[in-house]
Amino acid sequence: MAKLTRRGAVLTASALFIPHALKAAPSIGNQAPDFALPDQDGTIRRLSDFRGRVVVLEWTNHDCPYVRKHYNSSNMQTLQRDAASRDVVWLTIASSPPGEQGHVTGPEAKALTESRNAAPAAVLLDHRSQAARAYSATTTPGMFVIDAQGRLRYMGAIDSIRSTRVEDVTRAEPFLRDAMIAVREGRQIERAVTPAYGCVIKYADA
Amino acid sequence: MRALFALLTVLLLAQPGQALESAPVRSPRATVTLLADTSAIVPGQPFRVALRQKLAAGWHTYWLNPGDAGQPPELTLDLPEGWSAGPLQFPAPQRIPFGPLVNFGYENEAVFLMEVTPPASLRPGETQRLQASADWLVCERVCIPEEGRFSLDLPVAVAAQPSSPVLFQSAEAALPRAGGFTARIGFDGSSGAISLEGPGLSPASLRDAFFFPLAQLLVENAAPQPLSTREGGLTLGLTRAAGPIPAEIEGIVAITDAAGVRGAYLVRATPGPVPDGEAAMPLWQAVLFAALGGLILNLMPCVFPILAMKAIAVSRLAGAARSVVRAHAASYTAGVVLSFLAIAGAMLGLRAAGAVAGWGFQFTSANFVGAMAWLMLAVGLNLSGVYAIGGPVSAGSGLAARGGNGGSFFAGVLAVLVATPCTAPFMAAAIGAALAMPPLATLLIFAAMGLGLALPYSLLGLFPGMARFLPRPGAWMERLKQFLAFPIYAAAVWLVWVVAQQAGPDGTLLILAGAVLVAMAAWALGLAQQGQAPRWFLGGAVLAMLAALALLPMLRTGGTGATASAQLGEPWSSARLETLRQEGRPVFVNLTAAWCISCKVNERVALDTTAVRAAFAAGDVAVLTGDWTNGDPAITALLRAHGRDGVPLYLLYPAQGGPPALLPQILTEGMVLQAITAATPRV
Repeated sequence: MAKLTRRGAVLTASALFIPHALKAAPSIGNQAPDFALPDQDGTIRRLSDFRGRVVVLEWTNHDCPYVRKHYNSSNMQTLQRDAASRDVVWLTIASSPPGEQGHVTGPEAKALTESRNAAPAAVLLDHRSQAARAYSATTTPGMFVIDAQGRLRYMGAIDSIRSTRVEDVTRAEPFLRDAMIAVREGRQIERAVTPAYGCVIKYADA
Repeated sequence: MRALFALLTVLLLAQPGQALESAPVRSPRATVTLLADTSAIVPGQPFRVALRQKLAAGWHTYWLNPGDAGQPPELTLDLPEGWSAGPLQFPAPQRIPFGPLVNFGYENEAVFLMEVTPPASLRPGETQRLQASADWLVCERVCIPEEGRFSLDLPVAVAAQPSSPVLFQSAEAALPRAGGFTARIGFDGSSGAISLEGPGLSPASLRDAFFFPLAQLLVENAAPQPLSTREGGLTLGLTRAAGPIPAEIEGIVAITDAAGVRGAYLVRATPGPVPDGEAAMPLWQAVLFAALGGLILNLMPCVFPILAMKAIAVSRLAGAARSVVRAHAASYTAGVVLSFLAIAGAMLGLRAAGAVAGWGFQFTSANFVGAMAWLMLAVGLNLSGVYAIGGPVSAGSGLAARGGNGGSFFAGVLAVLVATPCTAPFMAAAIGAALAMPPLATLLIFAAMGLGLALPYSLLGLFPGMARFLPRPGAWMERLKQFLAFPIYAAAVWLVWVVAQQAGPDGTLLILAGAVLVAMAAWALGLAQQGQAPRWFLGGAVLAMLAALALLPMLRTGGTGATASAQLGEPWSSARLETLRQEGRPVFVNLTAAWCISCKVNERVALDTTAVRAAFAAGDVAVLTGDWTNGDPAITALLRAHGRDGVPLYLLYPAQGGPPALLPQILTEGMVLQAITAATPRV
């Protein structure tokens, strides 16, 4: 009881003093927050539409040097095709509001997918940063893996080397790939949370 | 690029002796150079290099833990065989908010240090080229990775002069300092806390503090860290992030003291239970204590008479309508709560203006205490029946009449005014915690205290039926009223005693003389009211009051209060300084204050150490300490003369005469030793 009260007080305090504080971050093993976002063609996609399949969320900003590292090295495209071959749904999410780096419209998203030879199941346009807020996403690239029951299983970095150098891709431990395959094959994940690295996400004003 | 680099190298070679700062790597965002702290390499002697980033407005680079995004810079020296280098040392970071996220890093300029040890086999006369590559991420709203190569040509010599000493000194001062405080840290579910113990920490000396963990994903970077303070310690509330808790937690606590000086301290702790206990006081607890304290205040000698007066007023209400009782209770409660909020607001205002204001701060003014003594006397004379006044201080006259609610309101204000001297000792903990919290929490706690004080009376408002159980009004009320004058007189006596402490015998004389004038004014007023004297007696009463008030500005505070208790050398005075200088001795002047944390830490790690004491003794350096705790105007003038608004200030007057050397505000033992060597005559 005492503990509950204290937590309540802390919550009240943070709500009082930092009105724009992040909501409680989603946690591993719990239900991943649902969202409803238009994709590159304007179709509304919900996370719950994919219940029964493993889902990978990739936060992106195509002009971020860290994102470019993984697209220029074809690492990201390879991972997307690998996901598709394993019946894993890969959703790329762009959360930059209009006027900020990384903002894309539907046609721009399609053009980018084509020019980069990318293979996501869909590119979702999160112009008001609602999904980014729900997931407390901080960086691009920023990766999440959700299991067939809709539970969050992995969040963090795409791999182990925090850099913008293409040559580091092959040297790095592929966190996201390992997590995705483990979840798909029903195995435990060694490290469910890793420090995401990259560019800060440009949030739309709340 | 390579050609350009070769060209630069040729230019550098062509101008030996100027190569202590490398050619810059420039972008519209950052200008980056590599510097050495020495004019020459002495074989086997370690020296330092600095990676210096000058950043364009709006752009920032990152600390080791970059926060929610970003990446710290890396520096790699291409060292030949036999050379070694230490880790890159990062200055203490700032919080850089970005939307709902927070990064940890640097704006304007950042200087990163690295120690390099050359081999002892180098031969004086030759030139060594130090080459390095670095990469860094620089962000504004967008992030740009940058990189560069740097080259420094350093001659090898048997002895060397410092190079860019100012830059290296301030870079060293910006590094977090080790050994200042002991830390405890712990988490329980999503919340946790870090607690520091050490010298100089107190509710009055702290303005702000923040914990920067070295590990990412340990705490929510954007979450507020509510600060609570106590004598000798502070606690910061933490919000756990999603990552694992390491076996040993390292980080930096940045502390801003009451003077606005920021210092950063390395902390390291093994996670244990959440450190609170006597330490951290969560908001709800502080609010509860404040309300309880307010309730207990009703029994304090200073407040009891006011309460008793209210009791009489209440007894009059025994037969009154419920709505009347309610209105009076609400007015009194509003008077109390609003007064508490006004005091809290005034204190926050003073704080924001940079003054050190503690609870009961108004009681440090002898003028205020003296005036309160007179007010108590006037209230007592009123109760004794010398004169009569409706409203604020009357014992309930005309309560049921129009304007009675105003009377209740002012009774509440009065209760708070006289309650403050009682609160200071009894409620220091809750108030200390309150003042260290964010302003909104401070106001909340003071409001709770007010509600506690008003509680007995507001209960009556909530349950007006209780008034029926109060005794019936009668002649006993007049006698009780007269009796209650005596506790009030006692309060006045106590206040005069306080003035005696603050202002000595002369001040006491002034206040007592004023008391005679106040009594005379009350007598004249009473006669005029009863129609037993001509109207001009009223004018006489006003004159007597004015005469009393005219005495106040003549009070001079001679009290001492808290002192810095620094035992370094003798007390500073300009006369003593002159004498010592005329004797041809070097003089070290340490200007400090009891509430200055960086002063305390400097004293402990850089002044009051065996090596520095020995160096002072060897160089026959006289040490003078000036204590600015009470804002001594002579010290204020000395600070101003050196372009400072506050302490710490360290001056080292050389033996040969001439202007003193100014030492940085953050000292290390090395800096002090170096300064002493420079100020003492070479033997």
